[in-house]
Amino acid sequence: MKSFQQIDRHARDLDPEVHESNFMGAKLKSERRYAALERDYPEPDKLRETAGLIKQHTLEHLDQYLEQAEKSFQDKGVKVHFAFDDEAVNSTVLQIMNDTGSQSMVKSKSMVTEEIHLLDYLTNKGKDVVETDLGEFILQIDGDHPSHIVTPIVHKNRRGIAKSFEREGLGDYNDDPATITRRARKYLRQKYLDADVGLTGANFVSAESGRIVLVTNEGNARFCMAANRVHIAVVGIEKLVPTDRDLGLFLNLIGRSGTGQQLTVYNQFIGGPKVEGQPHGPEEMHIIFVDNRRTEVLASDCREILRCIRCGACLNVCPIYRQSGGHAYRSVYPGPVGAVLSPLLAGNRFPELADLPKASSLCGACNEVCPVNIPIPDLLLRLRDKAKREGAKEAMKGTPNLALWATLCSQPAMWKTALSMGHTMNYIPTEMIPHPSAKAWQGARKLPDFQGGEFRKWFKNRK
Amino acid sequence: MSDRDKIFSAIREALAPLPKRTEKPEWDDELIVCKPSGEFDSLKAQFADKLTFASGKFFDSIEALATFLKEEGSTFGYCDPALAHHFEGWNDVTFDTDYEDSKVDDYLFGITKASAAIAESGTIMLNDGDTSARLGALAPWIHIAVIEEKDIVGSIGEAIERFGDDPSIIFATGPSKTADVEGILIEGVHGPGIQIGLVV
Repeated sequence: MKSFQQIDRHARDLDPEVHESNFMGAKLKSERRYAALERDYPEPDKLRETAGLIKQHTLEHLDQYLEQAEKSFQDKGVKVHFAFDDEAVNSTVLQIMNDTGSQSMVKSKSMVTEEIHLLDYLTNKGKDVVETDLGEFILQIDGDHPSHIVTPIVHKNRRGIAKSFEREGLGDYNDDPATITRRARKYLRQKYLDADVGLTGANFVSAESGRIVLVTNEGNARFCMAANRVHIAVVGIEKLVPTDRDLGLFLNLIGRSGTGQQLTVYNQFIGGPKVEGQPHGPEEMHIIFVDNRRTEVLASDCREILRCIRCGACLNVCPIYRQSGGHAYRSVYPGPVGAVLSPLLAGNRFPELADLPKASSLCGACNEVCPVNIPIPDLLLRLRDKAKREGAKEAMKGTPNLALWATLCSQPAMWKTALSMGHTMNYIPTEMIPHPSAKAWQGARKLPDFQGGEFRKWFKNRK
Repeated sequence: MSDRDKIFSAIREALAPLPKRTEKPEWDDELIVCKPSGEFDSLKAQFADKLTFASGKFFDSIEALATFLKEEGSTFGYCDPALAHHFEGWNDVTFDTDYEDSKVDDYLFGITKASAAIAESGTIMLNDGDTSARLGALAPWIHIAVIEEKDIVGSIGEAIERFGDDPSIIFATGPSKTADVEGILIEGVHGPGIQIGLVV
């Protein structure tokens, strides 16, 4: 089939093995999600509707909550920084490393650091940075990028990973997933013990108590604040929730939505350096609140997307994502959430990603599974409208020119003539039809004689 | 203008045109409590059920735990000095009560105190102030959290109410795990491969 849109071409040309990995991975996580929610709650929808309202409320009072959070963290001895754009985040992290005499960093998974290319930045500045999430570590040694928010290497299989480990000198070729994991454990263990700085993201931030919450399964974020002296948390300003009590609701949703776990293995609530007398753990904690165009999204008519808690449920359920995989979205955030968020976060590069909102059948599954009830299909439509108004070429590819059609529809006399006389097109040789979409239509089928008109006659003559 | 001021003024500018703002919804504590998987006559029994469901191991006998450790070949580890009196009768299984960083790979198990446990999810709560050595609870293959029965609470919400002002609270629900490679579940990635809850 002839495909004009980049995402269609990507899906068409995808390696069948990668397609299988993406498809089965997504399907499995979706099934587990349904099973976990149904098993545990009589009315799971009530949880996600409530969570959505809490997030929307927080966003619409973000100035108040951010100010409260700043004060709460400072009261706990945390150094609070603000960074308006990518350059500001990167240079703040570097500054903290230099000020604390730090050379090496262990890093746990964080999507916001993918947005700002922190790893490349620090490496170029001569710092030693290692990703510690197993998936992210494999991406780092391969120079690859995540294709899923929660399971970053869902597009890879064990044979490829075994080859990468062999190439990096982590042992002879062995594609047993348990062996792969043990080797990474051993290699990364030493990195944790030697590191000066541990860097994490945050899944949630409690404004009330000044705590970040980290949600992981592997325990790498725990190790990023065990043997090292300094902890840096890089956090998008949309991660705030009002109170610690609210965290209970969100933690119950994020694990079930993402992987079908009641809770992920580790939930860490961090607000400050280690306690006195504790032999291990950071002596100082820094938090960097990042904007990086989030306030632009807040000002747009798509601000609901900032509720997102990055569980990945909408990716897993999406019929387009399952076929195309995450890399087809050409941006940090794939899937339905990415189709909304990525073009918005692109700023003046919006036109380059303006086709993404079209990568949807608007079936609504993403909204149904969303733990914060984001009306993703509505937002996709708003962005399609924006793309059209701004004349974004990437979004128009493969779309026929509808000007002739628009004229026809707005002139009743012409419309009536076209209805009754349309079949005369059958007598024009196809190659002579001037309009490309009319030509494509006539090339494949013939128009029947017009058989209507009764209603119009009745309507005209009614008393 | 500082980055802080830029962000705050951008937020205020973005929100100013909103005709009204969403109210914070009220919600009942019960909304988020998970249906139990059966009938339990105590929080301890429910905790044991959920811990096992999360691939953790439940013990309430110190002798049975010693037998398990011997079977696993895990005969040397670290123990919080304040908890050592529980294990005085052990022979063949020994431990340090001073954590020595150079022995991080020699400690096969670590015993530290749990600040609380959650029955509805099989979760062990570790506060920094109650943990004698962070690495003792994290680096060994086996972690044993010692839980006093009175510290088992019913729900996640009740555990959150006990946070106090501790700067590092960890909920651990089962062993460290990953499914990054082809969705295949592997236990023991960076943290403990075996998570034990010992109720005393």
